[in-house]
Amino acid sequence: MNSVYSLLPEQASTVAGQVDAIYLFLVAISVFFTLLLAGLVLVFGIKYRRREGAPAPERPHEDSSLELIGGGILLVLVLVLFGWGAKVFFHSTRPPADAMEILVTGKQWMWKLQHPQGKREINTLHIPAGRPIQLTMTSEDVIHSFFIPAFRVKQDVLPGRYTRLWFEATKPGKYRLFCTEYCGTEHSMMGGWVNVLTPADYERWLVDSGGAAVASETPVQAGERLFTQLGCQTCHNPGSGQLGPHLAGVYGHTVKLADGTEVVADDEYLRESILNSQAKIVAGFQPVMPVFKGIVNEDQLLQLIAYIKSLSGGASN
Amino acid sequence: MSAADTQLAAGDPPKHYLNNGLTIRSWLLSVDHKRIAILYLISLTIFFLLGGAAAALFRMDLVTPEADVLQSETYNKLFTMHGIVMIFFFLVPSIPAVMGNFLVPVMIGAKDVAFPRLNLLSWYVFMTGGLIALGAIIMGGVDTGWTFYTPYSSMYANSHVILAVAGAFIAGFSSIMTGLNFIVTIQKMRAPGLTWFRLPLFIWAMYATSLVVILGTPVVAITLVMIFVERFFGFGIFDPALGGDPVLFQHLFWFYSHPAVYIMILPSMGVVSEIISCFSRRRLYGYTFVAFSSLAIAVIGFFVWGHHMFVSSQSVYAGLVFSFLTFFVAIPTAIKMLNWVMTMYKGSVSFETPMLYAYGFLGLFVIGGLTGLFLSTMATDIHLHDTYFVVAHFHYVMVGGGVMGFLGALHFWWPKIIGKLYPEGWAKFAAIVIFIGFNLTFMPQFQMGYHGMPRRYHTYAEEFQVFHVMSTAGATVLGAGYLIMAAYLFWSLFKGKKASANPWDARGLEWETASPPPTENFLETPKVTQDAYAYDMPSVTCPPGAKSEAERV
Repeated sequence: MNSVYSLLPEQASTVAGQVDAIYLFLVAISVFFTLLLAGLVLVFGIKYRRREGAPAPERPHEDSSLELIGGGILLVLVLVLFGWGAKVFFHSTRPPADAMEILVTGKQWMWKLQHPQGKREINTLHIPAGRPIQLTMTSEDVIHSFFIPAFRVKQDVLPGRYTRLWFEATKPGKYRLFCTEYCGTEHSMMGGWVNVLTPADYERWLVDSGGAAVASETPVQAGERLFTQLGCQTCHNPGSGQLGPHLAGVYGHTVKLADGTEVVADDEYLRESILNSQAKIVAGFQPVMPVFKGIVNEDQLLQLIAYIKSLSGGASN
Repeated sequence: MSAADTQLAAGDPPKHYLNNGLTIRSWLLSVDHKRIAILYLISLTIFFLLGGAAAALFRMDLVTPEADVLQSETYNKLFTMHGIVMIFFFLVPSIPAVMGNFLVPVMIGAKDVAFPRLNLLSWYVFMTGGLIALGAIIMGGVDTGWTFYTPYSSMYANSHVILAVAGAFIAGFSSIMTGLNFIVTIQKMRAPGLTWFRLPLFIWAMYATSLVVILGTPVVAITLVMIFVERFFGFGIFDPALGGDPVLFQHLFWFYSHPAVYIMILPSMGVVSEIISCFSRRRLYGYTFVAFSSLAIAVIGFFVWGHHMFVSSQSVYAGLVFSFLTFFVAIPTAIKMLNWVMTMYKGSVSFETPMLYAYGFLGLFVIGGLTGLFLSTMATDIHLHDTYFVVAHFHYVMVGGGVMGFLGALHFWWPKIIGKLYPEGWAKFAAIVIFIGFNLTFMPQFQMGYHGMPRRYHTYAEEFQVFHVMSTAGATVLGAGYLIMAAYLFWSLFKGKKASANPWDARGLEWETASPPPTENFLETPKVTQDAYAYDMPSVTCPPGAKSEAERV
């Protein structure tokens, strides 16, 4: 790992270098302007220091040309920074379509993670290098924030909704994972490690059942089991009563609602429809679905959504 | 004849606001803006000591990566206390309530503020808020951070959130009262001939600050009430478990708290304009620009709050707009730096203590401002958000800018306020110690921030220890600087040499009355024929045998 004395920390993701380039540019600007200012005040302070008997200084002219020139230079500079920063920001916040999805639940004070193959971990994340990873994250209690400094990525994790974070690790190694949104007494203990493995090592790690991270079923399988256990298929399967909309092919598509509006069936919409089914009724159906708030927990919700996604072929892996 | 001459001629000890009534009652019930300023100065000094003591305790604990002296709960309560006390009970009121209260009427040639009783009420309201917040601390403390983020503060924290919120809420009303008072006073009570463009820039800064205060403070008050309602009655506003939206709180909170940064910094910019002008013996370069840029910063400052929320789940397009506006607000601020520097160009510069603080302000605030660019650039902010980089940045702005301005003001107007001179050698020494201590404390935090050290961490990864040790060493030096200052200022109250009406040979109405000023400020209302920076003309009070205000006109 790079020493803390070096200007830049370890770069271990595809965006790290891009962020560092902007950082170095900013450091250069800052050093330049700080030295310029320090130089000017020292030079003026010495050159124009008070001398006995010297005449009073003249009043400065009220002429704004220097301000306008200065302002113009600064405007160009900040526009460059704005554009460059926004470009990298958009890149670093939009997950590619083929990213591998890992489910993350934060709670006071631990991170729970589940791989698409079903393997679960706490406070440690094993990922393969060279493959885009998307984290779909939610919190069971307060706001947390998922931060991997070596990847230069961070995203708040909120209760009651899903946020996403993506990255592609470039080299195997062990990198720190922190919670960066203050979340109570043991906030500083809520973190761990990201272990980046070679793809082959990752495959080996997935099937290795040693340790705490045991794979039982994949999120999709768990979701399917819950779907049956909770009785969802009674109404939502084409063969049965058809009291509820058929869910195959729904995910990611536009749904017409009873009040005439339209909504895209994304994670947030599915979550709301499960927890509080009366909120948005699909056109042509009666509001008869029970409310599942308090019945399914955050982990189960993620699994149910993963299952519904898999019905649309947009499976999470 | 000037005020000072009249009193000396009478043979009695000169009558001034400090000896006009010596009972406790005459202080606690005084509606004299100058006495109220002193009440505020004493209260704020106590709050500053408390906030500083909290910082000293947790900085000590941070010397090693493990928990040493403190438990995590105590650590969290200490950084919360440091934030709440320093922001709501020191920085926000500091320059307006102490320097503004004292100087606004004197600088514009008025006898008092527009609403003297409201002014006294504002101090009582402030103290009520302060004592309630202290009560929260004494009863066991608050652990939410000064930002009170929901749903942690509203539903999860097991500490005295309601009391702390009530304290901040009540103190907000005292700011509103002071802001209202200043706006009306500046608008309506300027001496004859004192047109807007003859006003000292400090007055412009106070005017802009007051606008921000009266527009922004009600919003944070409403937000704090919402926390109360959710926590106490269980109304779902911010907690998603009750159907609320946790991010809504951040929008409302930063809608006030970002402009609050300008409440803390605009007054300092006003102070620095006065000091640099005086010690360069020259009207400020680009007076009109500086005056209007204060207003521009005050207005644009209301539209940048979302830059605190780039990683909060806020829409990326909203982030784009906030990033752009944040860069935009940086420009008038940067040009002000140019104006201050250009004032020294071809000036006649001397380096008394207030000027050292102005130099300190320039040096620290330029770093605070430039590191702000790192945080307004979205890509770098993602990495830096909620790390020590942010901690260092806002300390450079709020201490490097805000506190340096306050200390500069304290040293510039101390002879006017107290009527005594402080020992110049000690004062210069303390100013240098504070500058060095501050940099040693916060400069290492930029580096650890970029390397990923998160803020509000009681225990931390061992590789960051070296920077934490430097930081704590710096904080010790900084604390020593503050204590030296407190000691010589206290000493000067009793043993300081008597100050003349105009010890700096400065211009502006406050230097044309006695030090300390009489209760009514001016024995006769001054007539103003030129601006507050007539350094090319002899002073009316400074040279021996100067002519009185009346004769000059």
